[in-house]
Amino acid sequence: MRVSVRNALREAMVEEMRLDRKVFLIGEEVGRYEGAYKVSKDMEREFGATRVIDTPITEHGFTGLGVGAALAGLRPIVEFMTFNFAMQAMDHIINSAAKIRFMSGGLLSCPIVFRGPNGIPRNVAAQHSQCFASWFAHVPGLRVVAPYTSEQAKCLLKAAIRIDDPVIFLEHELLYSREFPFNKKLELMPLDKAIIMREGTDITLTAFSISLDHAIKVADILQEKHGISAEIINLISLSPIDKSTIIESVKKTGRIMNIEEGWSVCGVGSEIISIVTANAFDYLDAEPTRICSFDAPIPYAKNLEEAALPKIADVVRAAVLLCKGKRKQEV
Amino acid sequence: MRTEEVLDLYRKMVEIRKFEEKSAELYTQGYIRGFCHLYIGQEAVVTGIVPHYTDKDSMITSYRDHGHMLALGVDAKYVMAELCGKISGCAKGKGGSMHLFCRALNFYGGNGIVGAQVSIGTGLAFAHKYNSDGGVAFVFYGDGAANQGQVYESFNMAALWKLPVLFILENNRYALGTSLSRSTAMASLEHRGDPFGIRTVLVDGMNVLEVLQKSKDAINHIRAGGGPIILHVDTYRLRGHSMSDPGTYRARSEVEAVKNKRDPIKALAQVIHTNYGVTKRILETLEEGLQEEINKAAEVAINAPPPPTSQLSMDILV
Repeated sequence: MRVSVRNALREAMVEEMRLDRKVFLIGEEVGRYEGAYKVSKDMEREFGATRVIDTPITEHGFTGLGVGAALAGLRPIVEFMTFNFAMQAMDHIINSAAKIRFMSGGLLSCPIVFRGPNGIPRNVAAQHSQCFASWFAHVPGLRVVAPYTSEQAKCLLKAAIRIDDPVIFLEHELLYSREFPFNKKLELMPLDKAIIMREGTDITLTAFSISLDHAIKVADILQEKHGISAEIINLISLSPIDKSTIIESVKKTGRIMNIEEGWSVCGVGSEIISIVTANAFDYLDAEPTRICSFDAPIPYAKNLEEAALPKIADVVRAAVLLCKGKRKQEV
Repeated sequence: MRTEEVLDLYRKMVEIRKFEEKSAELYTQGYIRGFCHLYIGQEAVVTGIVPHYTDKDSMITSYRDHGHMLALGVDAKYVMAELCGKISGCAKGKGGSMHLFCRALNFYGGNGIVGAQVSIGTGLAFAHKYNSDGGVAFVFYGDGAANQGQVYESFNMAALWKLPVLFILENNRYALGTSLSRSTAMASLEHRGDPFGIRTVLVDGMNVLEVLQKSKDAINHIRAGGGPIILHVDTYRLRGHSMSDPGTYRARSEVEAVKNKRDPIKALAQVIHTNYGVTKRILETLEEGLQEEINKAAEVAINAPPPPTSQLSMDILV
């Protein structure tokens, strides 16, 4: 059985809303329009407009409203049409949702999911193309997760809805329609565990969300053309990050490369490099490396956009260099 | 109104005043640090509203929140300990003056970002409606917050969805050091609800009996399903914005004039004396008793232990 990521997400929300009346979906166009990306198809019909709530275009306001509802004991799912628009609501995500458990000495909790497409969906220019994973991962008090497959989409979203923490749930527009093998019986997945997608011995490739496409292609090419065995880790959680899975893998392979759509400065890759240098320095046979988008706003023109994003050939070349033990300056 | 009811209001306002004066004292002595925003001058606002607050309701305000906790009935010792950063404080000393909470009384803070509490408070109202629990959200904000965009995003949703929320604008005339006339294109805030069809009720915030009466009517209307109302409360902050405010933006004579002519506690004392025949001696005895309680709360707070270092890694995630 194969199911699209879109339908898996919807299934997660529908199941949780059937189980718990406290769960509701709120955001722009989630009801009558069934979601800008149709993730909430048929949901208003089943649950009515009191539980699938169309808002005005007012991110700051409805995010604050969602936080208030969560503090009062409800379990809101706040959909951002894209995470770019969450910038309008950053104050409530950071200052209201993430910090309130701590600054109330544990009196209050904020069980809320902020979900929507994140990353670079192609052809939509600078203001609609950005990965915000490292922004949110920086802040204590938030969980940040990014599914890749349909099973992960469903099981992680269900777990995100049930946990009493604010969860940033990063989806990707280019994955919504993709179908993956799907086990309908799977229920929940831990929100803070990375998954080893493929075992290998020579280099560890870490990635999350759509960048796993790159990791898989790169690993295939490395195996077929260069005889290099790559281990692939799906990070799943950007906060808290599953350090031990990464460290154990590097102890085995001696090399690590993170691939992401985000920019390099203070990115997820920076954190991965920091983790392995601090915890597995003596096991490293080559410098830990990150592959990121070029540090510029994402351009519209097709050729420029392609140039800005990580490219398979470049990633393969970099990985081969690491594995052959040659430093860049020697090439 | 019965004498005892009026005396209760008086007792609460004096308790808040004494508490705030003691806070100022502890601040200058270094027991309270950082930001500390006093409610002196504004006591009648929350005191006049709280008698209508039921256990179904919820409340939220800004960082000027000591008075709200006390008015709701939280023991001063938990509040003072929090101000002093002690483990016995209402947030284990991890929140401080600006982040006071009481789960049992549905008091949600204690918010440090100007205006944020209006959106969060609208969410509290959303939850009341979602649960059909008959509760009303009491949302306090100031004239400074009244220029934040999210206040109007919240008004729009509150009116659109007829949420049970009472917006209480505590207009104390100054957003930190910027007077209303220097911050606001239309010097009056009385019409800010008009574009959303939200009715605004004008209240003299230095007269607790007027606050009591007018807020009662507003809350009854909201509870009956009438949707949001704004109470525009005309009040005045007799102390600085925070303890570190030198007060150079307003004339000393202006503050003195309000202190002499409009002090809400003096005004109520006069009413009690004249209309209820309560002697000055009785009021003085009452004040002395409250002073003793506050002194004791301060002493307990000062002597309480700080939170252990282990608290640093607690209450971050479940």
